[in-house]
Parts: sequence; C-alpha cells; structure tokens
Amino acid sequence: MSRIKRKFAELADGNQKALIAYIMSGYPDEKATVAAVSGLVRGGADIIELGFPFSDPLADGPVIQNAGTASLERGAKTGRFFAMVKKIRRQTDTPLVLMTYTNILYQKGYPEFIAEAKESGIDGVILPDMPVEESAEYLRSARGMVDTIFLASPNTAKARIREIAGASSGFLYLVAVYGTTGVRAGVKDYTIRAIRRTKRHAGGSVPVGVGFGVSTPGDVRRYVRAGADAVIVGSAFLRLVESTPRGRLEAEVASFTRSLKKETVLGSVKLTGSDSKC
Amino acid sequence: MGQALLARRMKKKRIIAETGAGQHGVATAMACAALGMEAEVYMGHKDTVRQKLNVFRMNMLGSKVNPVRSGSMTLKDAINEAIRDWITNVGDTYYLLGSAVGPHPYPVMVRDFQSVIGREIKSQMRKINRSLDSVIACVGGGSNAIGTFYPLAGTDAEIIGVEAAGRGLGSGLHSATLSAGSTGVLHGMMTYLLQDGEGQIAETHSISAGLDYPGVGPEHSYLKEKGRVKYHSATDAEAVDAFLLLTRTEGIIPALESAHAVAEAAKVAGRRKRSESVVVTLSGRGDKDVEVVQNYLDGNVKD
Repeated sequence: MSRIKRKFAELADGNQKALIAYIMSGYPDEKATVAAVSGLVRGGADIIELGFPFSDPLADGPVIQNAGTASLERGAKTGRFFAMVKKIRRQTDTPLVLMTYTNILYQKGYPEFIAEAKESGIDGVILPDMPVEESAEYLRSARGMVDTIFLASPNTAKARIREIAGASSGFLYLVAVYGTTGVRAGVKDYTIRAIRRTKRHAGGSVPVGVGFGVSTPGDVRRYVRAGADAVIVGSAFLRLVESTPRGRLEAEVASFTRSLKKETVLGSVKLTGSDSKC
Repeated sequence: MGQALLARRMKKKRIIAETGAGQHGVATAMACAALGMEAEVYMGHKDTVRQKLNVFRMNMLGSKVNPVRSGSMTLKDAINEAIRDWITNVGDTYYLLGSAVGPHPYPVMVRDFQSVIGREIKSQMRKINRSLDSVIACVGGGSNAIGTFYPLAGTDAEIIGVEAAGRGLGSGLHSATLSAGSTGVLHGMMTYLLQDGEGQIAETHSISAGLDYPGVGPEHSYLKEKGRVKYHSATDAEAVDAFLLLTRTEGIIPALESAHAVAEAAKVAGRRKRSESVVVTLSGRGDKDVEVVQNYLDGNVKD
C-alpha cells in the first residue's frame, strides 16, 4: 500500500479528511523549503506537495509563477531537488507528492525520472498538463512506483471523470475553480456541485482532493462539508513564506497549518494546537 | 475569420488571441470588428515595442491589447497568458489561436483554414500551365507554412520550410526549432522544442517577432521526420538582405518573417533552371517592420 493510500485509510479511521499543503521547492531557497516543510509537518499537514519549477507553468497564477521563476533563477535542477527530498524524507514519514509539468519528466524519460523520484522518497506525481488520453507510457512507468494524480475540472464530462479516476491513484485532484492557481475570495456554488458530481462519478475508487484558490480555514470547512476527501492549499502558504522572516518561518507555517487542519477533523472535535502529527 | 465564425456559432461572446508580430492579432481584431464581437489580444511586451504599428491597428479596430511581461516577453509567453485567460473564462470565451500549435484540434483546424494558401498556389499554377518545382514558406509556429504545404504534400514539388537562425545556429540566439531542437511537450502538444537538458524551455531570438518561438506546429515535426519537407534556416542578416532585395527588385515590402523564405528562395533559384518555378509564400506585409529594419541597418539593435 502506498504511503498516500495508507494516510487516507488512517484518516478515515480517525474520522478526518486530509489537509494537503503545496509549496514551491527552492523558493526563496532550499533552506526555506526545508524549514517550511518542518512547519507543515508540525502543524499537521497530512500530505505535502512539493512544486518543481517549469519555465512555462500554464496552470499557475502569479504567486506560483513568480516562485517558480525565482527558484529557476537560483539554479533549480532535478538532481538538487531529489537530494533535498531525501533530506526531508529522513525527517518525516508524511507522504510527499511532486507537482511539476510533463516536459520535465519526458526529458529525462518517464521510467528514469520516476525511479529517481521514488528513490528520493516521492510518493506521488501531479502533472497538470498530462491529459489522461496521452498517459499510457507515463502510467506504465509509474505503476507500483509512485501514485499518479490526475486533474479534473468543474466542466469535465461524466465519462471523462470516470476515465481520470481510473488512471488516478493516491487521489484525484479536482480543480475548484475555472482558472489558474492562486488565492481567491470565497467559495463558488459551482465548486460545491462539482465536488458532489466528481465524487459520484469517481465512485469511491479514489479519494477526491479539491485545490486551486483555497486559502482560508473557512474555505477548507466548506469543501470538507461538501464531501471533499482532501483539501489542497498552495498559494496561501507561498505568500506566508514570502512575508515571514526566516527565523519565524517554521513556527508561522505550523500555526497556519494547524488553523487549516482543524477544519478537516469531522464531528466538532477540535485539535488544540497540539503537535500530534510530528 | 473561420475560427471567428465558429466562435459565433458556439455562442461565445468574447474572443481572445495571442500574437507575435501582430498580424494574427490584427486579423482577429478585424474579424471581431466585422462580427461585432469583443476581442482581447495577448502580445509579448517586447513584441508590442518592435511591432507597435500593429498594436495601433488593433486598438483602432476596437481590440484591447494586453502586453505580457512574463518569461521572454514574446510569442511563447503571449500563448501562456492566453491559455490562462481561456481556462479562467472558458464559459463565454473562445481562444482564437493563430498558429498551427497548441492542443488538439488547433493544429489541424488552423492548418485546414490556412490551406487556402496551398490550394490557391495549385490553382494558379494550373492556370498558367506551369509545374511547381519548389515551394518555400517561413516557419515560426508554422501556420502559413502548413497551410502552404498540406495541399501540396501529395505533389512532386520540393518543399522547404525556413526557420529563423537569428544570429546563427551556433550562437544560441535563434528560433530554429526543427533545425536545432529536440522532442518535448509544451502548450498541449508534443513536438520539437528548443530546451535545455532538464526540459526547461529556452529563450529564443529572431529579428522577426512572428518567428520568435521555441516550439513548432506538431505536423511540421511529423513532416520533418517523414522526410517530406526540408527545414532550413536564415539568419537575421540574411532576412534583412532578402527584405531589401524583394523591396528593390519587385517593389514588394515583405514581412520580416516572410523575408526568411525569400532568402531561401534566392538560394534555390540559383540552382533552378529558368523553365522551373519556385513559389514563395509571403505571409505578411513589411510596413510593420520598416522601423526594425531601419534600426538594424543603423546598427541600433539592442537585443
């Protein structure tokens, strides 16, 4: 059983949903990433997504675009990224998911890239520009190695949701809004409907995580109530990384994570800021 | 115009487009003015400066031009921004992609609409009762070229696509994707790309904004691998020479993009007999480029 699958099983036993946190690796530098990851773990993030930058991140809004550009300008390379993941893996058993774009894997070769990712401690991969129709070679390389997390959107047709759910392992990533990643105000009714639809058509084969534009504890609460199995927060963490002095980064990230995590605990049990997930 | 009519049939209210040199932006703006639709055009900031005449044209036609300041601030980044707009406003917006690139069905649809060029060449050659020996077009994303080549692929004609070699293929400052690139995935297509060993897309250079793109339409990649089309390149200097050559000998001021094809045509004509015919697609007019050429000749080129 993959680390991600095991995590969802544990959470179900504890009557909890998953909080998934995204940060861009190497932004503003590697030390900050490691500190932020420690904060995420201490604050109770169930799964951590690490972004690896691509020169042309089509699915990303300005916050993640800028973070990616800065990381590339500092010389981000896949080799250094994997070395950092190894370091993080020694400190935590939290599932780690890589989010990047197809060409990064394609250049190295899917089997070679995935073997290296697995060896460094990556448990799953998200490629926003990998259409399920073109994924056969990628899926073959990933089978038994890492989970493959595909994306669906609020206007994905029923039959295609089934196909995406069939190709997805770990979880299925439902894009909450029409648009790119980034902080947005409020929760759209169509997103709530999309969560129910996607859950229905995925038919319980894989958990459904909701991301893009999720930034506050209130957002997390509404998506959990609508039936999401996981809620993904990204740009809000990057903003925090940007605005927090280095010395306080880990503590601030932990505290924000805690405020989000408590909304994923069902049945009014409140976590009281314990570091139980360490 | 074909895509604009399609958008109207799909009941989309708003049209967005990307443009490099501005020709496609102007065409989109014209179509939208004629059909009474709202148009917004994404254009790299660098291109809005070097092709400002076309920016003015688009504004006159009632379109909004959004300068794009991310990445290399050229065509690639304009496409990125247009795709981001599209996924945000997909309900009421049609993305009128101008080149034969992007996700399916764009490369095929753009090719089919542009195929009027190749069909016209065929019919004109029939009318003057001449065989077609060589046909040449410039390739950035490759829409005018694929529209030229596709109807002629079944003939015996020699077919040549000309990419932008910028300051030379060895300089690293060029946009010659098929001549110097490798396979990869960008903008929803698998095709030849200019990229580094890690899969990061390279910055490109060409004196012509319309060819300044690190990818190429996937059908060109196919035609290259199949061996049906030869892909050559012309440098900035060769393009400017050809620009002046055609201007002085024919009184036609070609777009700098098309001037790359003219440069190749001059070479091909040298080895052809008088009785043989060489056809060059002039994909755009050069009035937009007069200032760029003037600066180039004055030695004021900044990049």
